[in-house]
Amino acid sequence: MLQKGRQTWFFDPRPTIFATGTVVGRTEGEGPLGADFDFIQKDNHAGKDSFEKAEQAMLEQACSFALTKSGIAPKDIDFFIAGDLLNQITASGYTARNFKAPYLGIFAACATSMEGLALASLLISSGMAKNVLTATSSHNCTAERQFRYPNEYGFQRPPSSQYTASAAGAAVILPQGGPVSIDSATIGKVVDLKNCDPVNMGKAMAPAAADTILTHMQERGVSASDYDLICTGDLGEIGRDIAWDLLSREGFTYDKTRFVDCGMMLYQGNKKVFAGGSGCGCCASVGYGHIYKKIASSELGKVLLVATGALFSPISLQQCESIATIAHAVALERS
Amino acid sequence: MGKKPKVEAWYEPIAKKHDKPRPVLLNCVKAFLAGGALCALMEIIQDLLTKYANMPKTEATSTSLVILIAVTALITGLGYYDVLAQKVGAGLAVPITGFANSVVSATLEHKSEGYVLGSACNSMKLAGAVIVFGTLSAFVVAVIMLILGVF
Repeated sequence: MLQKGRQTWFFDPRPTIFATGTVVGRTEGEGPLGADFDFIQKDNHAGKDSFEKAEQAMLEQACSFALTKSGIAPKDIDFFIAGDLLNQITASGYTARNFKAPYLGIFAACATSMEGLALASLLISSGMAKNVLTATSSHNCTAERQFRYPNEYGFQRPPSSQYTASAAGAAVILPQGGPVSIDSATIGKVVDLKNCDPVNMGKAMAPAAADTILTHMQERGVSASDYDLICTGDLGEIGRDIAWDLLSREGFTYDKTRFVDCGMMLYQGNKKVFAGGSGCGCCASVGYGHIYKKIASSELGKVLLVATGALFSPISLQQCESIATIAHAVALERS
Repeated sequence: MGKKPKVEAWYEPIAKKHDKPRPVLLNCVKAFLAGGALCALMEIIQDLLTKYANMPKTEATSTSLVILIAVTALITGLGYYDVLAQKVGAGLAVPITGFANSVVSATLEHKSEGYVLGSACNSMKLAGAVIVFGTLSAFVVAVIMLILGVF
């Protein structure tokens, strides 16, 4: 266990992702990655009487998939680390109620998934826990009403806007035995270039992603070509291209086709999502579903997952604050 | 409140290269056609009401407005209004249907928090501004008319 540079943790011994659980909504399930998820919740309400309860149900279900697969009983969880986009991260808090385990609620907007994974790895690698369950969720309908307008309100979205994914992802981290190991994590700094446009999140978050990626390469002492895939969380088309330009300016060279984005992969070709998907369930479901499976099956060797988040609220924006952003990176590789 | 900060100067040109701007002209044309069609529809309803229901003109006007509002409420509730509005934008937002949609969508959205503190309290969340400034501007115009009337 080493701190490399200022922001990067190099895990030694390396913790492993032992099992994962993912639940996505209908639109996500119909996307190209649909087969990689454990369950497709076709009902926006998930049989509950509110969207918030539906999100919570999806998070609970993702956790239960991860636990069942790992054979750990809910009462045997050492620590539960979770976060979501709801006010006061209620989906996570109420999910934690089921486990009676020590719970750390975290918030980094859409970067929450990798913050959770980094912290879970830290707990395991330092010997502070024998097992950790980490999970995140987002729901299109809860995010819409919280950050934008009522769902049925006729707001014309511009092409730069993004679509919050209805998705939840959970992972069980153990000291050893899982097919995917966690090599290192780079905790991002808050970056704010004074963007104020809430319907162009990619533009706001791209600098944070670029900053974290460059820092990771430098502090971990690796080059981009060591990774089979560098995968950002939810930059969308616009943000990915801007991030690529920002990285290139700093002399970063890589194969652009392997510089991908969870928000784009999740919906590829679906015009309904405009510039791409977003939400903290986006990186969690693609990372713990699609990418985890690809690494486990040796189709991918080493992947850098960079979840990106925008730290703002509708109130802060209305009070003329700019959108502060953050990106957390976790390097995964085949055990 | 304060002043909106400006994006850092070095960053704007890089970001702009990849931006997907709103198709303003196309949006305007679509809004013009849809808004116009909606108004024409209302004229037709109005004419039908005067012709076949023997309504006086003023009554026919308000009745046709009520019909449009009711239809908007229904379409909003069924989940189609936002889909249509995405296509034609201001064409549906500017006519009275936009106002009706803003009230109905907010009311529906907050049903989960109860009828009183949820739906009722939040129903004017979006429409409130229209009412406040509508009333305020009516008052200002009335004062101006009053002063002009003195002379």
